Amino acid sequence: MVFEYAPAPESTKVVNLKTNYELFIDGKFVKSKNGSTYKTINPATEEVLAEIVEASSEDIDYAVNSARKAFKSWSKLTGAERGKYLYRIARLIQERSRELAVLESMNNGKPIRESRDIDIPLVAAHFFHYAGWADKLDYVGLGKNPQPLGVAGQIIPWNFPLLMLSWKIAPALAAGNTVVLKPAETTPLTALLFAEICQQAELPDGVVNIVTGAGETGRFLVEHPEIDKVAFTGSTEVGRLIAQAVAGTDKKVTLELGGKAANIVFDDAAIDQAVEGVINGIFFNQGHVCCAGSRLLLQESISDEFLNLLYERMKTLRLGDPLDKNTDIGAINSAAQLAKIHTLTQAGKSEGAQMWSAPCEIPEKGFWFAPTVFTNVTLSHQIAREEIFGPVLSVLTFRTPDEAIEKANNTPFGLSAGIWTEKGSRILEVAHRLRAGVIWANTFNKFDPTSPFGGYKESGYGREGGRQGLEAYLKASK
Amino acid sequence: MLKDDPLVLPSFLRDTTNSDSALKKFLNGLSGVDTVGVEERVAKLGTRSIKTTAKAEGIDLAIRMIDLTTLEGMDTKGKVKSLCAKAKRPDPLDSTVPSVAAVCVYSDLVGIAKENLIGTNIKVAAVATGFPSGRISLAAKLQDTADAVSQGADEIDMVIDRGAFHEGRFLDIYDQIQSIKRACQAAHLKVILETGELKTYDNVKKASWIAMLAGADFIKTSTGKVQPAATLPVTLVMLQAIRDFEIATHRRIGMKPAGGIKTTKDAMKYLVLIKETLGDNWMNPNMFRFGASSLLNDLLMQRQKMKNGAYSGSDYVTVD
Repeated sequence: MVFEYAPAPESTKVVNLKTNYELFIDGKFVKSKNGSTYKTINPATEEVLAEIVEASSEDIDYAVNSARKAFKSWSKLTGAERGKYLYRIARLIQERSRELAVLESMNNGKPIRESRDIDIPLVAAHFFHYAGWADKLDYVGLGKNPQPLGVAGQIIPWNFPLLMLSWKIAPALAAGNTVVLKPAETTPLTALLFAEICQQAELPDGVVNIVTGAGETGRFLVEHPEIDKVAFTGSTEVGRLIAQAVAGTDKKVTLELGGKAANIVFDDAAIDQAVEGVINGIFFNQGHVCCAGSRLLLQESISDEFLNLLYERMKTLRLGDPLDKNTDIGAINSAAQLAKIHTLTQAGKSEGAQMWSAPCEIPEKGFWFAPTVFTNVTLSHQIAREEIFGPVLSVLTFRTPDEAIEKANNTPFGLSAGIWTEKGSRILEVAHRLRAGVIWANTFNKFDPTSPFGGYKESGYGREGGRQGLEAYLKASK
Repeated sequence: MLKDDPLVLPSFLRDTTNSDSALKKFLNGLSGVDTVGVEERVAKLGTRSIKTTAKAEGIDLAIRMIDLTTLEGMDTKGKVKSLCAKAKRPDPLDSTVPSVAAVCVYSDLVGIAKENLIGTNIKVAAVATGFPSGRISLAAKLQDTADAVSQGADEIDMVIDRGAFHEGRFLDIYDQIQSIKRACQAAHLKVILETGELKTYDNVKKASWIAMLAGADFIKTSTGKVQPAATLPVTLVMLQAIRDFEIATHRRIGMKPAGGIKTTKDAMKYLVLIKETLGDNWMNPNMFRFGASSLLNDLLMQRQKMKNGAYSGSDYVTVD
């Protein structure tokens, strides 16, 4: 091999890990009343990073009450005053971006290139964006002087831990709500570091509360009677339970759930950029992306040519140490997720689809899955219907635009879709007929705080981001 | 480069050059290039971190790939002589520094360069065909080329007729390149597209194909006299055209970005781009060249720094 890249690891010295973390309630780190603890690990090495509290219902009670108390004064602040705090938080996130990026990669397994260049800059951008909205709520579209809802219970997933936190907390606070947020069980650390940032920003006590734990803790939060709003990002399965739990209450809910996005490549696409877009669509963040382009719909006339280019490109993907600056594919976030990927890929094989994986050296320790493509997939295959949430692409072919649209829409989900063609009129027509919340044309997995994000059908309801994202945290003045 | 006669194309491609309309149809049928996508890909590859052993290897490889160039109206025999000395032994203080690939001069100075490089493997490249604008008759271009070849040029860097390109006279460009290729005899032909005057990536891709179909051994971005000269996205588009051409014909065409590549960091980005687009087969001076002059000194300073642990500064490399 010529010009083999030498290891280029990002230093972990910027991160000051504690051996155990407490809950962040009422502006302070506090001991759990009676919760148990568990260990959070680095999925790339399986090393224990810290001990985390599994918050009990008493802890949730305390957190919700603190948020309720803080709501009285926080909601009375002028928008400009709330905006100042949000700007301050945004700037602190930028100042501490390296620390946050390294910690995110350590706890999540995602490549440092992504946490450094995508996750953390977007986190800051969300806070900046909503800081700007705080004194302009009259223009959200709900009439003059819209009112906050109260206390928001927010539950976020492990795939973009801090980014999902920002999607939840920034609009809630800008609108005048206070929050109790539960990070995912496997990725609590950046949320706890964010709690320190709230202290550093001198955010009033109780406005942001961070409670750690697993599903049970989440249930306590959703079911707590003093919660006015539930915001959840995660699996459709859990989303359904949440919808059931809040049915019959006056809690408002937004759910951002799973997806099985079609990435449609027409024969008149810019081929090399489409290949790159497909790679980015499914292998970004190890495919742990709810809007991942996990179904490639390929026009039959170019399928051989396209797949050959795709395979060649996949051979250059670099799997390994998430902290190495040249890593493209990091670790799968947990043993459980890896097992799920194995189960579904096994199903793909036994249903007769053809599996090809990029030739990557898999590290001994940690959870890994090589970038994989299934061809000869039909819509009746499990791997074409269920969300795998891993670096696994299912390839289907089509002959006509109508067939592409029909196949793209033939899924219980409807979060995102991609269209690849150099023909502008085709983009407009196809986008119009796709039932998905976000449609990318000649690009994929692009996120911006100004753009609303959310799904159709089993991908959930409500929108996050942009002006629409504020509607979920406001009500019209009576 | 494979041994086949470069002027013989596989039959399905031969038909594309039978008529102006056939060639136009073929070129317009190539898949488009999405500007945003190309630039994004390049930006992402630009974050590759090249350190320690990779950097040391990359620096020496880049030095070996340089076409050390002087293309000024004020070029003299003396200037070319000193450039040749530098080409042979880039760092007078360190004999472990490899020689560059070639010295690139105007055609009337080929003889001087040849004389001063006797006994080395360093090639002499001559710009010809009315460089840099190419706005002279074909007869004059052929004469220019023949002159350079007769003086012993190993490589000819020709320019395409960009006016013809914008007029849509693709077959005229193709025919001219073929004629020059014949005039080159054994010399290798690098075809300069002058991408700064082609303006769009789609045009760059089309021009790359015209040049490769017509028998170019290398395709080259720029003369260095037009801004922008070489850029990473333009290079990526050309590398992908080279890959497509290899898939279609099994022939490997070389690549030479020229102009504007000044720093080691730039050079490393180009090496990353070739490695991750075309692979190891192109990671050598037979298949890839940098057209540059000031790049060499930056590579030398970085090399000294890696060796001695301290940055020496521009007085510790020669200005030739």
